[in-house]
Amino acid sequence: MITPFKWSLVGLVFVYLYLPIAILVINSFNESKYGFEWKGFSLRWYEKLWHNDALMQAFTNSLLIATLAATAATVIGTLMALAVYRYQFRMKKLATGLLFVVLMSPDIVLAITFLVIFIVLGIHLGFWSLLISHITFCLPFVVITVYAQLKGFDRNLLEAARDLGAGEWRSFRTIVLPLVMPAVIAGWLLSFTLSLDDVIISTFVTGPGFEILPIRVYSMVKIGVSPEVNVLATLLLALSLILVMIAALLGRVRRKW
Amino acid sequence: MSDFILVLSGITKRFDREEVLKGFDLTIRDGEFFTLLGPSGCGKSTVLRLIAGLEQANAGSIRLAGHEIATLPAERRPVNTVFQNYALFPHMTVFDNVAFGLRMNGIARDEIAPRVKEALAAVQLSDYAQRRPHQLSGGQQQRVAIARAVVNRPRVLLLDESLSALDYKLRRQMQIELKQLQRQLGITFVYVTHDQEEALSMSDRVLVMDQGRAMQIGTPREIYEEPCNLFVARFIGEINIFPATILRPLGEYRYLAEVNGVEKTIRFHQQATEGDEVHVLLRPEDLRVEYIADAPVDRRGYVGAVLERNYTGQTLDSLIRLENGQNLLVSEFFNEDDPDFDYRIGERVWVDWVAGWEHVIAKESW
Repeated sequence: MITPFKWSLVGLVFVYLYLPIAILVINSFNESKYGFEWKGFSLRWYEKLWHNDALMQAFTNSLLIATLAATAATVIGTLMALAVYRYQFRMKKLATGLLFVVLMSPDIVLAITFLVIFIVLGIHLGFWSLLISHITFCLPFVVITVYAQLKGFDRNLLEAARDLGAGEWRSFRTIVLPLVMPAVIAGWLLSFTLSLDDVIISTFVTGPGFEILPIRVYSMVKIGVSPEVNVLATLLLALSLILVMIAALLGRVRRKW
Repeated sequence: MSDFILVLSGITKRFDREEVLKGFDLTIRDGEFFTLLGPSGCGKSTVLRLIAGLEQANAGSIRLAGHEIATLPAERRPVNTVFQNYALFPHMTVFDNVAFGLRMNGIARDEIAPRVKEALAAVQLSDYAQRRPHQLSGGQQQRVAIARAVVNRPRVLLLDESLSALDYKLRRQMQIELKQLQRQLGITFVYVTHDQEEALSMSDRVLVMDQGRAMQIGTPREIYEEPCNLFVARFIGEINIFPATILRPLGEYRYLAEVNGVEKTIRFHQQATEGDEVHVLLRPEDLRVEYIADAPVDRRGYVGAVLERNYTGQTLDSLIRLENGQNLLVSEFFNEDDPDFDYRIGERVWVDWVAGWEHVIAKESW
């Protein structure tokens, strides 16, 4: 019988994947300062995090950057995908190819590139430099997600809309936009997550005046893991679970078509 | 002029370098059911898309009710299309699909609901207004597509192979319904199909196309009974072709001719002189078969052997091989009085056609 063996194998994989996360979540509720023993349930570290102004500031900064970068990347990326889908223009292949270059480049290469550009252009390292670079590295993911969705739908729909009297703008608003919306939202969620947990590029392009969460945490753990970090990770985990659930629900709506 | 709703003249259309249509002319009468018939790739769909405005002609004019429309964008032409794959908007209800054109054309809000209901009633889908397209069967989606187009009261309704995705039975039923709907609405229908049976059964007039050229235009009867060339003859239904040589005119378009080795009198509506070569075209139902023993000895027909016989329910179709090696397809209705009516395979028979039922065309090189 292969079944018990198979089950234990599956179990092992899950333990391997989720045990560290589970320990982290449990420890965030642990009264003890050190994660080696359980000293009772407590929300103490949550409270402490709430009062840790520097960390909370970095958290809000991160959310702000992620929201803005994801939104900007989604708008620009969706328009790019539409342009590539809808129109024939010179150097179309080149334009889409360059997008893949951004996608494939190691973060460290992008980070150095951004840094050099900002220094050459004399842009002060801080909020704006961070936002611009986050928009840039999120962009290809949005374009690819939205373009895949556009390619999947029937061009006849656009012809039918025109045939029924809808001009370019109105067929975009009434047909194209509702149909690509799930992909647009998926692109936004993807960008949001990418932006939120980026360390490498952010380290290079941000200045001391504007600190974001991953960098703050990174500097914190250098001097030992504080229980607050566990709390923070737990909160982020909950946030990403919610986002994943939204994405899955949207996917279910889309499959009905 | 008012007789013709749609006049295409001198239309040329190229895709890349390939010329799909060259100097193409077409006139369609107001209120008729007109069919463009041809094999795939003959340019029939392109003609339809040019009328709809989904393609732009390289040259030529398209006049709708006297107005030039070739320069108008698709959204401003008073024609609507029923697409082959329906192209219903998946994120809208049936009601919103049908209302789409009315909304785009700025029809007053309180006029939209009654018109949508009327259109859905015409295609018997009144109860499905709140469904989504994916909840409907293929036939129902087809009807929604038709309702979505006719609700706008177009001058001309364009149908692009609209029934080809349906199964045979449903297709036959939709053919009848389409025809009824067309009569009821009084709208000109331009239908594109490669199915000759569909074209013959629905249309007032048919245009047979091949390789971007018009081959023949006429009523289904004219197209079937008097094809103007071998392409049309072969494309529409089954046909037997006899080579023939004119021997001598007999007056009043009657000629004595040697048809496939036998002297026969044929009717040919053209001037011909001795030695002219022609094709004699015979539909399977124009031919008659008799047992050798029953036939008078002096009759002028063809001797052959039964190669194959197929019972189709309504007719008995036989394949007969003549002595010169040519195969003939014969289709005969059953004679209720003659229950033994049947042939044995290999049996030798006389084959002849009913005098006057032959159709003769000038010889073509191909």
